[in-house]
Amino acid sequence: MFKYFEPNKIFSITSKAPKYVLFLFVIILTVGLIEALVLSPEDYKQSHSVRIMYVHVPAAWICLGIFSMITFLSVIGYIFKIRNFFLISKSLAPSGFVFSVIALVTGSIWGKPTWGTWWAWDARITSMLILSLFYVIYLIAWRIYDNDDKAFKITSIITVAGIINVPIIKYSVDWWNTLHQPASINILSESSIHVSMLYPLLIMTAAFTLFSLLIFLMKYNTELIKIKNKGLDRL
Amino acid sequence: MISEILTMNGYGLYVWSAFAFTLLNFTLLYVVIKIQYIKEKKKFIAKFGALNSERAKVAKSQSINKEILSNTSTI
Repeated sequence: MFKYFEPNKIFSITSKAPKYVLFLFVIILTVGLIEALVLSPEDYKQSHSVRIMYVHVPAAWICLGIFSMITFLSVIGYIFKIRNFFLISKSLAPSGFVFSVIALVTGSIWGKPTWGTWWAWDARITSMLILSLFYVIYLIAWRIYDNDDKAFKITSIITVAGIINVPIIKYSVDWWNTLHQPASINILSESSIHVSMLYPLLIMTAAFTLFSLLIFLMKYNTELIKIKNKGLDRL
Repeated sequence: MISEILTMNGYGLYVWSAFAFTLLNFTLLYVVIKIQYIKEKKKFIAKFGALNSERAKVAKSQSINKEILSNTSTI
């Protein structure tokens, strides 16, 4: 099954896909921004500051999702010795890191009018900051041990250590008294968010997902060309 | 209507700065990755051009190399 993930087979798709993904991203982002900034209602308590949710929440979701994917691919890649899984993980990391920074900074901006402070060492904010640091360590590890076997081992260890933090981020609002409210959107039970706010949130999440896909494809193609450059040196 | 969208009941500065920060980061990340891509591709084309005809023939037999050379204007 893993042979279908070989770079030789998928490069013809990944090299052409970015322009279509970019086109789709621009359309969905435009719709999402109009919904988030103009059409969606203001909150009865938070007024218009609630609109920050439309960038803060999707960014947080996606950076958590990307880190979980990186960990899964690194572990499977390490067990079954699939180099391409490491290449995919490496290509996913830049957008994951940027989304973690966006989640932290927009959360800080949202905190000022809502809680009266830019920053608090609350369980969720602190665990989110730790996730950002894991992204930094992961990216630095790739810079130091570029594409060799040591990089596979070290980055796998970093992701396994970092993944412990992911459920802590998710359940921190339930386990401790934090400034954050409990989750408003639940997959298994009924969500407490109104549809007029849920739809813009889902559209912005789709736009952010497309952006991370776009960056992933571009980075993946760059990494493949880098490997091919080394191959030309050996000819 | 427009001033209401801009000021947002006094929350405009917070909301617009959060959105601006997000879009600025998107643009920066896109530009950085794009520059890296163009740099690697230029390096590949230069190295390929420097190969002698026999080695170029071997290199061109690989599908990825052909694909890289043919997609000169991908994003």
